[in-house]
Amino acid sequence: MQEALRFRSLDAEPVERAGYVEQARQLRLAPETASRGLSLTIRGLRKSFGDNEVLRGIDLHIPAGQSVAIVGRSGCGKSTLLRLIAGLEIATAGTISLGEDARPEDVRVMFQEPRLLPWARVLSNVEVGLGRERNSPDAQARAESALSEVGLADKRTQWPAVLSGGQKQRVALARALVSQPRVLAFDEPLGALDALTRISMQRLLERVWHDQGFTAILVTHDVTEAVALADRVLVIEDGRIAEDFSVDVPRPRQRGSAELAALEGAILKNLLEGTEDTSDL
Amino acid sequence: MSLIDSLPRAGAPKLPRVDGLIPWILPLAIILIWQVACVTGFVSARVLPAPTDVALAGWKLLQSGELVRNIWVSFWRASVGFLIGGSIGFSFGLANGLSQLSSKLTDTTLQMVRNIPHLALIPLVILWFGIDESAKLFLVALGVFFPIYLNTLHGIRTVDPQLIEMGRIYGMSDGELFRRVIFPGALPSIFVGLRFALGIMWLTLIVAETIAASSGLGYMAMQAREFMLIDVVVLSILIYALLGKLADSASRALERLTLSWHPAFQKH
Repeated sequence: MQEALRFRSLDAEPVERAGYVEQARQLRLAPETASRGLSLTIRGLRKSFGDNEVLRGIDLHIPAGQSVAIVGRSGCGKSTLLRLIAGLEIATAGTISLGEDARPEDVRVMFQEPRLLPWARVLSNVEVGLGRERNSPDAQARAESALSEVGLADKRTQWPAVLSGGQKQRVALARALVSQPRVLAFDEPLGALDALTRISMQRLLERVWHDQGFTAILVTHDVTEAVALADRVLVIEDGRIAEDFSVDVPRPRQRGSAELAALEGAILKNLLEGTEDTSDL
Repeated sequence: MSLIDSLPRAGAPKLPRVDGLIPWILPLAIILIWQVACVTGFVSARVLPAPTDVALAGWKLLQSGELVRNIWVSFWRASVGFLIGGSIGFSFGLANGLSQLSSKLTDTTLQMVRNIPHLALIPLVILWFGIDESAKLFLVALGVFFPIYLNTLHGIRTVDPQLIEMGRIYGMSDGELFRRVIFPGALPSIFVGLRFALGIMWLTLIVAETIAASSGLGYMAMQAREFMLIDVVVLSILIYALLGKLADSASRALERLTLSWHPAFQKH
């Protein structure tokens, strides 16, 4: 139990679970001041693949603990931006700074595919997420705690093949969370799930984000999902940030509320206008 | 009823004890029909001796110690040749699967050599090694090399690149990446190679022993032919069948043990 608390705690002193929830609630009001997340500053970021310039100068500041959704048409460069932030690609020009004390374990990515090792039990798959610390004596306890976080503690000895799509994605989430990342990047993490599973996964993502206070970057094509989860929605068009919407709707958010719907409408309008401009429908 | 009932299906009750016997119904039936055909004189004993006669010949050879000695010699040749050829094939498969340079350097050559039927080398091998043990080991090793090489290479090349990227993101070193991602991912394909290789191993050995040997099962069969001992010839053939089945069962057991994660090997 002590282990689990240490894992969840944002604070040095151990707190009761109930007290901790209260603390997390307070954090929601001012995530920036107490967040464990890293702030992210991107300047003049460019990326080309051969002659094809995918990103043409991105300037962006994401405060620590913010959740940012990046939307855009396919091929607009949103996934490339995320891969650059995660260190999976090397920028052609420009810088991404994550703060001085950032370690490799601080940035984690979750993909559309769960990418679990089919030959490792669920718990070992989560242990993979510990990176260089996976051989430490408390590795198993930490992996178990992360599995409980996503509600799959009872599946620890299962093979991934027997899990449902949503469960696999939850294991992938536990693997991303187990090293207590300070930036978590999601590349269409719910794209392959059915509608109901998506909604419960969205709630889970929102909860772990609140509980752990990491900086979240969510690439999605689903504008409804973007406004439901994020503090801020960036629209990327032709390799540039075309629009920066702030979602000032208090949490927990009411799905389908007029406020969210209006914002969603505005973002969609923006995206569609971009499409008409380039007239390549 | 579905036509395809070997595919996993939920809820089908299983009777494990009866299930284990089903594969043996057909061989036993064949032996029974064979026996009846011989006893009634439908088949002449000079064409095909009755199973009881074959068993009797086996018993005599067993008592003289000749059978055990020949089986042992063949088994030893098969396993040593298999180990040599298999480990070289596996090493080349690994090297060429993991390194572009190694692949560029050796793959074309290996593909050319592969298309030579290895049994066509028997005359050359006899000239090189005589009818020594090394001749048989060389042929078995050569025969076993290619299926293991090709399937190891294929297995490594087809490991999901997304899993490799995942491993890298989570900070796996090259060694760890190999141990935890690449090797387990290639294993199903390596087993396919292993089972092909076991078949080729027996085939090569028997041909080699028939042509150039002074001991072993193939030699025993050839000797028996010289003396018109047709029961011993049939006995040798039956022993090949049993040994082949044994090797296949062993590799299947190993497969079940190491691929228990694979949906195809999970109990339903």
